Amino acid sequence: MAASSDRIPPPLPATEEPGAATPDMADGDSDEGEDIFVNNSVPVAVSRGVSQPDNVNEQTPDLFGEEEAGSTTAKSNGVHSDDDNDLFAEADVELNTPGGSAPKEPSSSSGLRPASSFTTSPAALQPTSLEQMEEDEAEDSFDVDVAVTNPEKVGDGMGAYVAYKVSTRTSLAMFRNKTFSVRRRFSDFLGLYEKLSVKQSLHGFIIPPPPEKSVVGMTKVKVGMDDPSSVEFVERRRGALERYLQRVVSHPSLLQDPDVREFLEREELPRAVSTQALSGAGFLKMINKASDAVNKMTIKMNESDTWFEDKFQEMENEEQQLRKLQAVVDSLVNHRKELCGSTAVFAKSMAILGNSEDNTALSRALSQLAEVEDKMEQLHQEQAASDFFIFAELLADYIRLIGAMRGCFDHRVRAWQRWQESQSTLQKKRESEAKLLWANKPDKLQQAKEEITEWESRVTQYEKDFDRIGMTVRKEVLRFEKEKAKDFKSQIMKYLDAMLQSQQRIVKFWEAFLPEAEAIA
Amino acid sequence: MMEEVKEVTSTLSVDIQSIKVTEVVKDGDTLTFLIESEKLSGTGVYHVDRTYDDFEWLQQHLFSQEEVSGIQGVIFPPLPVKAQVNASAKVIKQLGILGLGEWQAYCKAMETFVRQIAAHSILGKNNAVEIFLTSSDPPGRQRVRKNIFNRLSQAMEGMRKEGHKDVDEFFQTERDHNLVFTGCAKTAAERFLDVVQTEQKIAVACGHFSTALRLCVEQGEDPDKLDFSKVCVKLSEVFDSIQKNVTSVAENNVSTLGLGLDLESRYQEAEKEMLYRRTCKLVELETTRRNAEKAKPVKKAAMEEVKKAAETEFDHISGVAKEEIARLQAARVKMLQQALVQWCEKQLLTAKESADQFNQHLQAFRGMA
Repeated sequence: MAASSDRIPPPLPATEEPGAATPDMADGDSDEGEDIFVNNSVPVAVSRGVSQPDNVNEQTPDLFGEEEAGSTTAKSNGVHSDDDNDLFAEADVELNTPGGSAPKEPSSSSGLRPASSFTTSPAALQPTSLEQMEEDEAEDSFDVDVAVTNPEKVGDGMGAYVAYKVSTRTSLAMFRNKTFSVRRRFSDFLGLYEKLSVKQSLHGFIIPPPPEKSVVGMTKVKVGMDDPSSVEFVERRRGALERYLQRVVSHPSLLQDPDVREFLEREELPRAVSTQALSGAGFLKMINKASDAVNKMTIKMNESDTWFEDKFQEMENEEQQLRKLQAVVDSLVNHRKELCGSTAVFAKSMAILGNSEDNTALSRALSQLAEVEDKMEQLHQEQAASDFFIFAELLADYIRLIGAMRGCFDHRVRAWQRWQESQSTLQKKRESEAKLLWANKPDKLQQAKEEITEWESRVTQYEKDFDRIGMTVRKEVLRFEKEKAKDFKSQIMKYLDAMLQSQQRIVKFWEAFLPEAEAIA
Repeated sequence: MMEEVKEVTSTLSVDIQSIKVTEVVKDGDTLTFLIESEKLSGTGVYHVDRTYDDFEWLQQHLFSQEEVSGIQGVIFPPLPVKAQVNASAKVIKQLGILGLGEWQAYCKAMETFVRQIAAHSILGKNNAVEIFLTSSDPPGRQRVRKNIFNRLSQAMEGMRKEGHKDVDEFFQTERDHNLVFTGCAKTAAERFLDVVQTEQKIAVACGHFSTALRLCVEQGEDPDKLDFSKVCVKLSEVFDSIQKNVTSVAENNVSTLGLGLDLESRYQEAEKEMLYRRTCKLVELETTRRNAEKAKPVKKAAMEEVKKAAETEFDHISGVAKEEIARLQAARVKMLQQALVQWCEKQLLTAKESADQFNQHLQAFRGMA
C-alpha cells in the first residue's frame, strides 16, 4: 500500500450514480432490493458484511466469513491507538445459527489478516447471493418490538429509584422466547449505552443516545411520585427510554450485539456503575470534547472525499435549525400551559358570577359556561402534553442523534490518523533497516525486517479499517436521513390525529352549550 | 364655531339601530371615529367624524342637565376610558379587552355607548345627542361648565357615605348586590382578557414555528433530504392552520363574550355610581331633616322648605332609579344572552372549520407516506 496520504477513496455507487444508487446504498434493509452492486466495488461488499444481516439462515459465503470477525473488533477505538494488537482478539458477534460463519479468531501475534482478500477485484464477489441476501433481509428486518411501561418506584427515600418494565415481542430466532419482559432501571439503560459506545462506535455506527440524567427530576420522584411535575417527568423519561430502545433494536447491526440481547432478556443485570458521563448536558459535552481532541491532533486530515466534509457541515446546520425549532416549541408548550391556568381561573370567576346572578336562566347558563370552560382547560392540558411529547421530545432526540453522528465522523477521522501514523512508522522502520544494512548488523537486521513486515500489515489493515468506517458512516448517514423523515412523518400524523379529536370534542361542547344560552329568557 | 346647545328636548332624527362607528382613523396620536346614521326620513345617511373629546362633550352635557328632575337617578351609559395610540401601561390595563388589536372592540364599545344614550328615554331627548350625531362640525372641544357629577369631589367624600344605611329595603338590597356583583363582573372580564391574551401568544408562537420550519427546507436532489423537506413544508402548513384557528378563537372571544363582559362590568360600575349619588342625596336629606327639627322658630320655615325640596328631589331620584334598575336588569340579561349565543355560534363554526382543515392535513400526510 502506498504511504501517500492523497489516495483516492474507493469509488462508491453513491458518488458515481447520485440519482439511482444513493437510496439503495442507504441500507440493505430497504424494501426495494434493487441492485446496488451495479459497480460491484469492494467497499460496498465490506459494508454489507459489517452490518450483520438478520437473516441468519442464509448461508453467508465465505467471503464474509473473515469480514464478520474483522468487523467485530472489540475495544479498540481511535482513542486507544496502542491497542492495535488486540484488534481481532475478540469476535463479539455470535450468530446463533450453524450457518453463521463467524470464526472466533484466536489472538495471534498481531492477529491481522492478509490484506489480499479485501483488496481483491470485484470479480471475487458473488453479487447474486448478496442481492439475494439483501432482499431476504428486507422482509425479516425489523421484527422486534419493544415497549417501556409501568414505571414503579422501588424503595424509599434518597435510595429509591424507578423501575420500568421492558417488554419485547419478536420472531427472531436469536431470542429465547417470542415475548418476554424484564424490569430495568435508568442506570441499566445508561449502562447499555456505555457498552455499545465502546464496542460499536469504532465501526462508525450511530449509537442512539439515551435520555439524560436529571438530579432535579429524580429528587422530586424520590420524594413522591404523585405531584403533576413528577408524573410528567417520569412519563417523559419513560417515553424517551422507549424511543431509545426502539432505535437500538431497529438498527440491524446493534441488534446483533449480545449486550442488547442481554439487556432485553436477562432477568437480573449487574448494576451499571460507569454512568457518570451522561448527566444533563454531559452527553453533548462529551461529544464536543472528543471532537476537540480530534481537532487538536497534529496530523490534519486531508479530506479527499468532499462528501464527508459536506455532510458534516450539513449536520451542523441541521442541528442549529432543530435547536431553533426546539426553542419555539418550548415557548408554545409554555403558552399552552398558561392557557390551561387562565382558562381554569376564568371558569371559576364565571361560576362565581353565575352564583351571584338573580335571573335563574342566566345563572344556569353562566354555570354551564363555567363547566364548558373547565372541560376546555382539560383539553388545553392535553394539547400542551401533545405539543410537548410529540414535538419537543422529537426535536430533542434528533439533536442528540446528530451529536452522536458527529461522533461517528470523528471516529472516521481518528481511523484515518491512525492509518497515517502507521504509514510514517513504517517509513521510519524502513529507514532504520537501510541504516542497519549499511552498518552490517545481521541480528538487528532480521528484527528490523520482521518489524517492517508487521507494520506493512498494519498499514494495510488500518487503511481497510478507514475505508470500512467511511462506508459505514455513509450508510449510517443515509439511514439516519430516511429514519428521520419517517419518524417526523409518523409523529406529525399522531399530532394531527390528536388535534382532530380535540376539535371534534370542542364541537360537541359548543353544541351542548348552545341550547343553554338560547334558553336565557 | 358650533351651534348653541339649547336646553330643549328634541326627538332624534336618526334611526337608532342604524348608528354605526364604521372606522377609526389614526392621525398621529389622535384617534378619530367615523360615525354613520340613517335619517329617519329615509333621505340619506349622516357621516360625522368625532374624537374622544367629542364623546366626552356629549357625556358632560348629559351630566349637567340639572333641570331634569331626578336626573341623578339615571344610570348613565358608561363611556369607555380614553383610547390612546401608544397608551401607557395604566391606560392599557383600564381599557382591558377594548385595548386589544386595532381598536375593533373599542369602536364597537363606543358605538354601543352612543346607541344606549340615543335610546334612553330621558337622555336621548337632549339636543346634544342630535348635534353629536348630525352636525358636520365637531361639537367642540371647549370645556363645558362644571357639572353636578364632578367625580373628583365625590371620590373624596366617598367612602364614608357608601356604607350609609338605606331607608328603603329595595335599595339596600340592590346596593348590597351591586357591591358584590361589580367585583365579580370586573374579575370575570379581567380573567377573560387573560385567556384571550394567552391565545394570542399561542398564535404568535405557531407563526414562529411555521416560519422556522420553512427555513429547514433544503435544496438539492437527495431524495431522503427532499422527503424531510416536504415534511417540514407540510408541517408548516399545519401550523399555519393552527395559528388561524387560535386567532379565530381569540377574535370570537373578544367580539362576543369579551365585549359583553366588559359592558356588564362597566354598567355595574355605572349603577354603583348612581346608587351612590342617591345615597349622598339621602344623607343630605337626613341632614336637612335634622336641621329643620333643630331650627329655631325664626329659621324653621326656611328649613322646612329646604327639607321639602330635598324630599321631593330624593323621591324623584328614587323613582327614576327604580325604573332605571328594572330597565338595566332586563337589558343586561338580554345583552348577555345575545353575547353568549353569538359566542357559542361563532366558536362552534370555528371549531367545525378547524376540524375540517385538520382532517384535510391528516389525509394529505397519509397520502405522503
